[in-house]
Amino acid sequence: MLHPFPHKPVAGNPLVRLENVTCGYNGQPVLRDLSLTFMPGDFVGLLGPSGSGKTTLLRVILGAADLYSGQVTVNGVSTLRKRPRVGYVPQLETIDWNFPVTVQEAVLMGCTMNNPLFPWFHRRELTVVMEMLERLGIAHLSKRHIRELSGGEQQRVFLARALVSNPRLLLLDEPTAGVDIKTRDDVMHLLHDLNHQGITIIMTTHEINAVAAHLPWVICLNRRILAEGPPIDVFTSETLSLTYGAEMPVIHYRGLALVAERPHPFTTEGLGRDHLEAHEPPEGKHV
Amino acid sequence: MFEPFEYQFFVKGLIAATMVGGLCGLLGVYIVLRRMAYIGHGLSHAVFGGAVVSYVMSFNFFIGAGIWGFLSAILISLTTRKKTIGADAAIGIITTASFALGIALISRYKTFTRSFDAALFGDVLGVTNGDLIAIAAVTAGTLLVVFLGYKLLLFSTFDPEVARFYGVPTGWVDTMFSLILAGTIVVSMQVLGVTMIAAAIVIPPIVARLLTNSFKHMIFISTGLGAFTGLGGIYLSYWLDVSSGATIVLFAALLFVLALVYSSLRERVLRRSSSRTFKVPSDSSGFYD
Repeated sequence: MLHPFPHKPVAGNPLVRLENVTCGYNGQPVLRDLSLTFMPGDFVGLLGPSGSGKTTLLRVILGAADLYSGQVTVNGVSTLRKRPRVGYVPQLETIDWNFPVTVQEAVLMGCTMNNPLFPWFHRRELTVVMEMLERLGIAHLSKRHIRELSGGEQQRVFLARALVSNPRLLLLDEPTAGVDIKTRDDVMHLLHDLNHQGITIIMTTHEINAVAAHLPWVICLNRRILAEGPPIDVFTSETLSLTYGAEMPVIHYRGLALVAERPHPFTTEGLGRDHLEAHEPPEGKHV
Repeated sequence: MFEPFEYQFFVKGLIAATMVGGLCGLLGVYIVLRRMAYIGHGLSHAVFGGAVVSYVMSFNFFIGAGIWGFLSAILISLTTRKKTIGADAAIGIITTASFALGIALISRYKTFTRSFDAALFGDVLGVTNGDLIAIAAVTAGTLLVVFLGYKLLLFSTFDPEVARFYGVPTGWVDTMFSLILAGTIVVSMQVLGVTMIAAAIVIPPIVARLLTNSFKHMIFISTGLGAFTGLGGIYLSYWLDVSSGATIVLFAALLFVLALVYSSLRERVLRRSSSRTFKVPSDSSGFYD
């Protein structure tokens, strides 16, 4: 699924800068002494085990996690002074799917703060929403209830909600969690396209081979930064075992660094092999 | 048929019940969708405590009970923001404590002579001009807040956390909502009674939810239905000679059953018609030719 166009970060001032950030919730730091820079045009994947602080990193950029020390600036402005206006796509499982909203109503929410004092949505905003739905290929579903859609279509609805305010920065929390291969492919192609149109993207993911290996830049995180760079450089057995605390062989294949599962000892040696040989499948069963 | 309209107290009661019904139906949409269905029940009890306190301190009932209800609502929304405490538990703690305070005061001041039957069970036919003005004022204020804050209320009801990320001032939205909610509870007490408010807040939006998938439509249907049950309930209570609050609630419950039957039947019909139009995929291999 390698995207055909190589990624070219734009030179200029950093879009997001974290300096010696320690942050967390309720007085408990999750991330400690973290320094990171995201340039305009970056497309970055955050990798790490559950509880490693991936979502917290997104939230501290949004100004929604408690900042204990250091500073976070988006577009040169501290998040403490002003909440940045960025596109945010939550994990699909956090959505209340029984809530009575149509696709159009859900996407219009992205326009809420354009004119907060004006009671209704502007006709122009409605046009923008319909154009966005058109662009994402779900315009024909605009009057449907959000639950009546497939996983990929649901992901597009909330992507559309994030995009209607024309953000320069898009944050996504596991956009490929719980969707099938085809949908995952569609979503990732869409994100690559958006990135090529100039939107900076930061996303979290659990899928190393299917998603992270195809990104131009990844950051391995486990309460602190363990490595960052192009996947081909970052994905080494050492970094991955540091990140996930498990041994993972890395295979290089046509310019991609892919992570393999360590086979269970039963399947390769000793008891397992004997066991398999003793129970050779009968002839003719294999096609 | 028009006989009851000759009595002024009936007409006043009818107007009051219609407005209160619509008001509860409108706010009920937000309450039910926030999964705080029992806040109506709880707050009305909390306000009862406030009513007793304002009586003991010889304060104006509407102002005293209103402030009391508003503070309770704020406390509930602040407590729920702490993730370890669910909304249902927060409602349970704060409102029963407030109700108990009212009871404690009544038992402490033996000289307490005022009957609280009206507050507990509702007395729509005892509605005074002053009550009507209070109801109209709260209705106007609520309509204004819901109209002006429609977008903000929708987003912060749908997903308060993400709404904050998108810059919606959810703290302000919650405060304004607590304010109109407290006002609604205070003016509804007289008509429906503490014990009946929960139903008036929950039933219309649930019926509306059964009938539509759109938020905008749900708002209109629920408000209309609330007003209609208020109007119809009072009218029926005159003919059946049954307590007004109870009639309104029973009438609403009847509509709920009808809506439930209707939506189940519709689902069944839709399922049947979709299975009837299901086509056997055409066979291009020519095997069956």
